[in-house]
Amino acid sequence: MEVKTSSNSVRFDKQRCSFIVLIMFFSLPAVNAVWPMPQLISSSTDRYPLSPRQFIFQYASGSSAKSGCSVIDSAFKRYFPLIFVDYLKAGGPRQHDNWFRLPLNEGVFTVLVDVRKADCEGYPDPDSSESYKLSVSSGQASLRAKTVWGALRGLESFSQLVYQDDFGQYFVNKTEIDDFPRFKFRGLLLDTSRHYLPLPAILKTLDAMSYNKFNVFHWHIVDDPSFPYQSSTFPGLSSKGAFHPSTHVYSQTDVSRVISHARLRGIRVLPEFDSPGHTQSWGKGQPGLLTSCYKGSVPSGTFGPVNPAMSSSYQFISRLFKEVASVFPDPYIHLGGDEVDFTCWKSNPEVRGFMQKMGFGTDYTKLESYYMENIINLTKTLNKTSIVWQDVFDNHEKLCCSSLSVVEVWKGGCYLCEVRRVTKSGLRVILASPWYLDQPGPTHDWARYYTIWPLAFKGSEQQKSLVIGGEVCMWGEYVDATNLSPRLWPRASAAAERLWSDEKTTSSVTDAFPRLTDFRCRLLRRGIQAEPLFVGHCRHEYEGI
Amino acid sequence: MYTARLFAALLLAVVCLATQEEYDNDILEEGITLTDSQYGSLWPLPQKVQMSTVVFKLSGASFQIVDAKESSSGASCSLLQNAYRRYFEYIFPSARKQGHVKKKTPASAVSELQVWITSADTECDGFPNVTSDESYQLSVDSPVSVLKASTVWGALRGLETFSQLVYEGEYGAKSINRTEISDFPRFAHRGVLLDTSRHFLPIKVILANLEAMAWNKFNVFHWHIVDDPSFPYLSRTFPQLSQQGAFHPYTHVYTPSDVKMIIEFARLRGIRVVPEFDTPGHTQSWGKGQKDLLTPCYSGASPSGSFGPVNPILNTTYEFMSMFFKEVSTVFPDAYIHLGGDEVDFNCWKSNPDIQKFMEQQGFGTDYSKLESLYIQRILDIVSSTNKHYLIWQEVFDNGVKMKADTVIHVWKGNQQQYQDEMSRVTASGYQVLLSTPWYLNRISYGQDWQATYKADPQDFNGTDAQKKLVVGGEACLWGEYVDATNLTPRLWPRASAVAERLWSDKDVRDLNDAYSRLAQHRCRMVQRGIPAEPLFSGYCAYEYKGV
Repeated sequence: MEVKTSSNSVRFDKQRCSFIVLIMFFSLPAVNAVWPMPQLISSSTDRYPLSPRQFIFQYASGSSAKSGCSVIDSAFKRYFPLIFVDYLKAGGPRQHDNWFRLPLNEGVFTVLVDVRKADCEGYPDPDSSESYKLSVSSGQASLRAKTVWGALRGLESFSQLVYQDDFGQYFVNKTEIDDFPRFKFRGLLLDTSRHYLPLPAILKTLDAMSYNKFNVFHWHIVDDPSFPYQSSTFPGLSSKGAFHPSTHVYSQTDVSRVISHARLRGIRVLPEFDSPGHTQSWGKGQPGLLTSCYKGSVPSGTFGPVNPAMSSSYQFISRLFKEVASVFPDPYIHLGGDEVDFTCWKSNPEVRGFMQKMGFGTDYTKLESYYMENIINLTKTLNKTSIVWQDVFDNHEKLCCSSLSVVEVWKGGCYLCEVRRVTKSGLRVILASPWYLDQPGPTHDWARYYTIWPLAFKGSEQQKSLVIGGEVCMWGEYVDATNLSPRLWPRASAAAERLWSDEKTTSSVTDAFPRLTDFRCRLLRRGIQAEPLFVGHCRHEYEGI
Repeated sequence: MYTARLFAALLLAVVCLATQEEYDNDILEEGITLTDSQYGSLWPLPQKVQMSTVVFKLSGASFQIVDAKESSSGASCSLLQNAYRRYFEYIFPSARKQGHVKKKTPASAVSELQVWITSADTECDGFPNVTSDESYQLSVDSPVSVLKASTVWGALRGLETFSQLVYEGEYGAKSINRTEISDFPRFAHRGVLLDTSRHFLPIKVILANLEAMAWNKFNVFHWHIVDDPSFPYLSRTFPQLSQQGAFHPYTHVYTPSDVKMIIEFARLRGIRVVPEFDTPGHTQSWGKGQKDLLTPCYSGASPSGSFGPVNPILNTTYEFMSMFFKEVSTVFPDAYIHLGGDEVDFNCWKSNPDIQKFMEQQGFGTDYSKLESLYIQRILDIVSSTNKHYLIWQEVFDNGVKMKADTVIHVWKGNQQQYQDEMSRVTASGYQVLLSTPWYLNRISYGQDWQATYKADPQDFNGTDAQKKLVVGGEACLWGEYVDATNLTPRLWPRASAVAERLWSDKDVRDLNDAYSRLAQHRCRMVQRGIPAEPLFSGYCAYEYKGV
């Protein structure tokens, strides 16, 4: 305890020092202000004034993506007001389309976008390239990317290069960026079961994710407390299992809106249907699915995990997953598999009989393995890759290498030991343990999420390459739409930089502090309710309550 | 207040790390079970409630809140008229305005709430003060319910209670049970401290939280308006203080009309505004606009360029303070001013040769707390001459400064044992006392921390009955190091509500299960009324927060 306390206070002092530095330089142009830090960035003090009336986005002549490319067209529309933050408020034209077509005058600044592969109507996937090159010079910024997803990342970086001086004049400095993500999987988990999150809260989070270059929205959509996913195959699941059958559900329209909103920002939507545990709410709309717990020789009236002894369970999951696989375009499905309590299974005579029949003895982990293997195989037949929580790997060495593919590490303690073990088995890893952001205190803890070194374990290069990324988790016990945003941002931004940027250039908390302080004001300016890192102010404070 | 706050936050950090493993544990802590309270969603719980199972309907088309014929208050009392409209809209959120035409109402309906002010002086145009009578009696019956109070302040509390009795029955019809309530606060001073120096809080945020305070029957807004980081108070006498000392001279200041608006908004809700101008420490921002006010610190034989607390040896300091507090005493109508006096760092005073010389002349030796006492006593004299009473942080008492008998000592330091001992000492000396130590809500942790907040009791210390009577109340404090408009409201509510009930309700109201049920509903009501009050635990509100 003592050690922790003292190391924390050292960090705290550092923050105070950098805070003072920050004040001194506050009115200077913010150079290298891109968050997360690009892999390579060089900028000079040469700066070019920008004017909203003399600024256009254009496709480069050799670009495969052309006007009509939905992802890029909508990004142009989105980034214009993000770059010229005062413009719409100041009463400029409400519709940009008109002056997109204005004849070009002298002094126009053009952002030229060149995309090699025009996968404009597709979805970002685990192998999508997100690299881009950005070159800002007099009158022009040239943005080159292999894919539209890379172009999106580049547009975000460009928008962050633009700043205003004290008189409101916009500038961009001469800059060269060559950028790509360190990890392919940069996720953020929202839990819509413990509290229902209204659609605007989810969409806004997706917006903020794109500002931070996150690329996976892990939708922990159902769990014990409620089942808000409105299934077209099994409508009873939400009509009985949601907090409210019509106000606290995600309809198919809602889900496709989330997916499309995410797609346009280069974000994958990874659904999680966690079983066999964490399924209390499933049981309400699907009688017979959960294991009936017994007290002595009679059912107690309570229910446990999904009943693994009944073939009807697998038939149900198969039909549900068939729907899920077609609703969610991502090639991955998260199957959960965490925290299965065996007490109820043990109490149930049918389950015990099944154990005997299968020759499992009294080893209930074997039963769990049996269930998970079935579910994983079922997922395979739907052409989806499964992700599971680490419990499945820990409990089932047998399963390990044949069925499993991606393991998400979430438990505390020596999480890198676990990462090492999983990668040693040749499986891919997503790291979540150090980024459970629902845990709030103490408040000045962003650095705790920043000083995480996901590859600092003993292992081969091959092992390291199996760490595909990490994920920020916002579990919902104490979080709903009232406090989600300030609890997420800018603490999740600390993780975002760790997952995108080169560790060598981003290891210092002291260097990161003024940049992150600046970035949080930018988030605020864009309407994201990001909380402060420490004492100070933003030019434009949050105007809501 | 700084070091202790930081230390506590770090302790919490360690606790959090230790509990990280218990993550997906859905069991309510401390064995709380979810059963509905017999008192519905009442918060804070009134002193005496008799609720029957007889249910009446309320219709937005016919229901009215009106002055009782016997009431000494009438249409000219805009405070009450505003409150009637406000509470009508809380009860019927979809109805835009009160219907004038009385429609025929069903037999089992409440068609009228009559508000009856019994005292000849309604205090309608006055300001609430520490002796204001907030008691009321509420009788809910059909067709007429009656709310009886001596003054408007009690009526405001009763209107809130009435609105909390209304619930949505099946098919969305508004319903209310036949109820008799007799209510009064346990403590006279029930405050919330907001810090507008470490981060500037836009007016809108302050107003919204005053509104939420009224729903929780808080009656003091302790405005920690200035401190080291910034000086947002725009002083008419010394405009350069905010010109130089605010984060921004125009966008991050409170103008006289802003302050006036906040005071009036608070008054209409029965809330006092007690400003704090903390000296001689916590004054870095003052020094920017007021040259020679702060002590120049020395490094060896020459000034280091940095500054310490207010310079206590210069006459100019006291001339400035006299003029400044003269202004403050007219801007803020409340009878009390909080003078701070906490955490004075002596290092800078020690380094300054002029101060060393002064210490020698005064015969203080090296006891700098004597110098602090000298300063504080002069400030107390200055403020007394403006006919104000004062509150001060506990250090001033600890350092043995002579104070007027009606001074209120604000206890904020230490652990439970330490603050209880301090309460004991302060009251043994005959001073009134205000408690905040267990209610530093800027400290956060994982889980249901409202329970610890709820359990703390300001009269829980060794002392005679006479000593216990010197406890005027308590305050929830939300210091601003890590808090601004983005996270203030969900961090404050419903955690401050736990403090509110401790300060209003009977001391024996401590059942956590009953409190959980009422508080969960109360927080949903706050959400429905537009305040992003965070959840206590997994669950839902019929009307979720829509303000994303």
